[in-house]
Amino acid sequence: MLPPALGVLFDGFAYGMLLFLLSVGMTVTLGMMNFVNLAHCAFAMLGGYVTVTLMNRFGWPFFATLPMAFLISAFVSVAFERVLYRRLYRASDLDQVLLTIGIAFISVAAAAWFFGTIQQPIQMPSYLRGSLNFFGLNISVYRLFLVGTGLAVTLLLAFALEYTRFGAQVRAAVDNQRMARGLGINVDRTFAVTFAVGSGFAGLGGALAIEIVGLDPSFAFTYLVYVLIVVSVGGLGSIAGSFAAATLIGISDIAGKYYVPQLGAFLIYLVMIAVLMWRPAGLFGRR
Amino acid sequence: MATADTPINAPGQTPHQILAAGMRWRPIEIVFWLAALLPFVVAPDYLVLASQIAITALFALSLDLILGYAGIVSLGHAAFFGGGAYTAGIIAKAGWGEPLSGLLIAAIVAGIFGYASSFIIARFRHLTLIMMTLGLGLLLHEAANSAGWLTGGSDGLQGVRMWPLLGTFSFDLWGKVAYTYSLVVLFLLFLVARRLINSPFGLALRGIRENPTRMPAIGAPNNAHIRKIYTIAAAMAGAAGALLAQTTETVSLESLGFQRSAEILVMLVLGGAGRLYGGLIGALIFMVARDQFSGINPQYWYFWIGILLVVVVMFLPNGVLGGLSRLTSLWRSRS
Amino acid sequence: MRASHLLLAGIAATALGLTPVLAQESVKIGVIMTYSGQFADAATQMDNGIKLYMKQHGDTVAGKKIEIIRKDTGGPAPDVAKRLAQELVVRDKVDILAGFVLTPNAMAASDVSDQAKKFMVIMNAATAIITTKSNYSTRVSQTLPQVTETLGKWAATKGGVTKAYSMVSDYGPGHDAQGGFERAFKAAGGEIVGAVRMPVANPDFSAFVQRAKDLNPQSIFTFVPGGAQPAALGKAFAERGVNPKTIKIFGTGEVTDDAALKNMGDAALDIITAWHYDHNHDSKLNKDFVAAYKKDFGGDNPNFFALGGYDGMHLIYETLKKTGGKADGDSLIAAAKGLKWESPRGPVSIDPETRDIIQTIYIRRVEKVGGELKNVEFDKIENVKDPVKEAMKK
Repeated sequence: MLPPALGVLFDGFAYGMLLFLLSVGMTVTLGMMNFVNLAHCAFAMLGGYVTVTLMNRFGWPFFATLPMAFLISAFVSVAFERVLYRRLYRASDLDQVLLTIGIAFISVAAAAWFFGTIQQPIQMPSYLRGSLNFFGLNISVYRLFLVGTGLAVTLLLAFALEYTRFGAQVRAAVDNQRMARGLGINVDRTFAVTFAVGSGFAGLGGALAIEIVGLDPSFAFTYLVYVLIVVSVGGLGSIAGSFAAATLIGISDIAGKYYVPQLGAFLIYLVMIAVLMWRPAGLFGRR
Repeated sequence: MATADTPINAPGQTPHQILAAGMRWRPIEIVFWLAALLPFVVAPDYLVLASQIAITALFALSLDLILGYAGIVSLGHAAFFGGGAYTAGIIAKAGWGEPLSGLLIAAIVAGIFGYASSFIIARFRHLTLIMMTLGLGLLLHEAANSAGWLTGGSDGLQGVRMWPLLGTFSFDLWGKVAYTYSLVVLFLLFLVARRLINSPFGLALRGIRENPTRMPAIGAPNNAHIRKIYTIAAAMAGAAGALLAQTTETVSLESLGFQRSAEILVMLVLGGAGRLYGGLIGALIFMVARDQFSGINPQYWYFWIGILLVVVVMFLPNGVLGGLSRLTSLWRSRS
Repeated sequence: MRASHLLLAGIAATALGLTPVLAQESVKIGVIMTYSGQFADAATQMDNGIKLYMKQHGDTVAGKKIEIIRKDTGGPAPDVAKRLAQELVVRDKVDILAGFVLTPNAMAASDVSDQAKKFMVIMNAATAIITTKSNYSTRVSQTLPQVTETLGKWAATKGGVTKAYSMVSDYGPGHDAQGGFERAFKAAGGEIVGAVRMPVANPDFSAFVQRAKDLNPQSIFTFVPGGAQPAALGKAFAERGVNPKTIKIFGTGEVTDDAALKNMGDAALDIITAWHYDHNHDSKLNKDFVAAYKKDFGGDNPNFFALGGYDGMHLIYETLKKTGGKADGDSLIAAAKGLKWESPRGPVSIDPETRDIIQTIYIRRVEKVGGELKNVEFDKIENVKDPVKEAMKK
């Protein structure tokens, strides 16, 4: 028999993986181009709606919808990037905030218009429901799947950044954009691709989040705060940082609720403040 | 009024001349404040809305003091607004419904909160600073929810009863007293803000905004300045919150919430941060647009507000006032 | 003489027939709801209920044309709600204030209703004391203690449990729900073995459910706000292996709302809830209501929000008929007191003393009927008044 503490740890880790998927894109865009994209969660919401629509209206299996959630979010985000965002790369942060908040507002209204204000129903396939008994611990199958996906994405990203040419360009652009430009790296294109990939992962995160937290038009704002917390605690531009921060926030949230439920609502914020007091640039941040 | 914020690097002027120029009243400013009286005559049906616009404008002005002039981006400024609102509301509920003293006490309490948190705020910059303001704001929001015995929790504070203003004017359904009261407070605190930013202290703040590492090098005590302006801004936000609590006789958790912090930031940026009238114009445009859009289309008005923001950013960078002042200077240089 | 008499009578009759048309005035209803934001869905449903009633019964009653003016508060925002109510009264000259999804908004608008002597119909907001804030307000939905006290008593007397663990959201309605359940449960001899309050903004329930499960209680009472949370909670129960067959789960109607059931799937089986309305309620009136609603609004079942809008309009129409079209607050509230009608949920009436609704509370269990999950009513408690105001009287 394993102690329940391990179960809490596991649940927290799974929740952390969800937060990681939702926020990894923002870490890179903020760190790389200093672009404040408050519409990030709108792309996550889009992924969620793609999955729900394909499943409920077209009868696609859950797994088949996930790549589509990724791709459609990525494509739509790149369209926004080309048409609107790129004009503001050199504008002030505040103008970027205004633009992206505006887009988030539009996305909320558009979601309500197209899909209604209703909480979207979703039925997971039977093999993702229920729980396994693992030496006396109840392990939810879906959470296991979340952990697997989160780890796979992390490894994929780590590998891509570390060992591919494109990854090297991204790292160069995050570290020193001017220098990277000077070396002939097409930073704008690198950014557009990174941006699309980041939004794609947000879309995937949105699709995976429905089962745990549901989906309605307010999603675009509900999760913004959590994403911002993960990004700042992890440190700008650091994927490892985001991973660590998401894990920390996820586990402390779940463990806090389990052991000290009186502190339930406060704990995430307290953890964030404590970490930032200790390391103002975040866990893995350099600036 | 777009030119109210004097350029710092005006050639051939001593600092004293720059400050004196900033204090001079321009005709357009006088027109602006006279226009603020128009609702009494032109739109007496809209005075309640006008009073809430004035209150929001004051709140935006308080944010402008720290954001526009000291470069502190805050996503938790509603903490002080709500703090003031709850203070005023709780005093009135406890049996002291006199508005002016309530307003003063609320501002002082919010100022104390501001002073206490300024020690944390002054240590950080950039994203970390934003997240600190956000975190502290959210903590206060949760604390207010937990302290239901004091705040009424999510049902809102009930039983707030205000006495008539100055012992004679009771708050009416038409909002005449509410608007007069809010407008007068807004104007007086605006004068304070105007005096502040056109003082050597205001110049020092702008220096911090432009280059926080250089200011200490020329002997300016950055942290002390930031703490001072943060406290003043908090007190002013508290006054705005108190006005809302007193004129509506209710306070809700939302007055402390993230959404209110984010909205006021949007309004200020929309109007133009770092300009005295930016917050005022931003609050006016946003609140009127919201009232109109949501009146026409209560379900999807977010869409139109979103479009408004995107259009403003695209065509009038640095907010409406920033964009306008650029356009006018372009026009002047051409003619 | 006779002919002229007839002629005169004819003219008079024509004139009479015409009079209502010529002198027709309108009765304006200001509807204040959360049309946008987190609670937009509730407002959408209530608005649908209003639309359906007006479609079925016409927009003219007692010779007056009914005009609806819709206003959005965008969430819990009493300052906005109060301003909107003031503007509706002062600028739009409405006769009746209606709507109100959320308690703080209803409370703030009550001030205006009381001051301006305007009739006010609360179509959802469920905190007990709202109706005490204005002498002109009435409610057609429910009060939370009305539901949870009934459930608490039922659980201890007929539900076959003596011990319960309570899990509610940590905000006003959650506290009310918990208070109501505990009072009645203890009074009927039950024992509360533990309680936890969960943050309202709470995306993940697994830790709270695990905590409850560790205690292995005989039963669990739960209340969470409608929307995303009921399904999330239900799924957490299933994942943690809390089986409603062995650990009884009691809740309010939100927990097994249609959308929640669709999301939870079989995990919802055997959850027991108390509520005043479900679209499966077996009556001719309800079947017609559900069919008409589904036809007009994309096949969705109406829920208690839609019913609130529908019954709210019914109350307004009936009171206007009684007053002969007089729309001042005193006449309307007098007409509303003691009003009885047959609602799709069953017989209801307005308590003449408290102006709050008296209705039947149904005890339902989630069962699979014809391959579909449904709330099946298997017990009911008739003529339930709001217990909080009953207690205040004593």
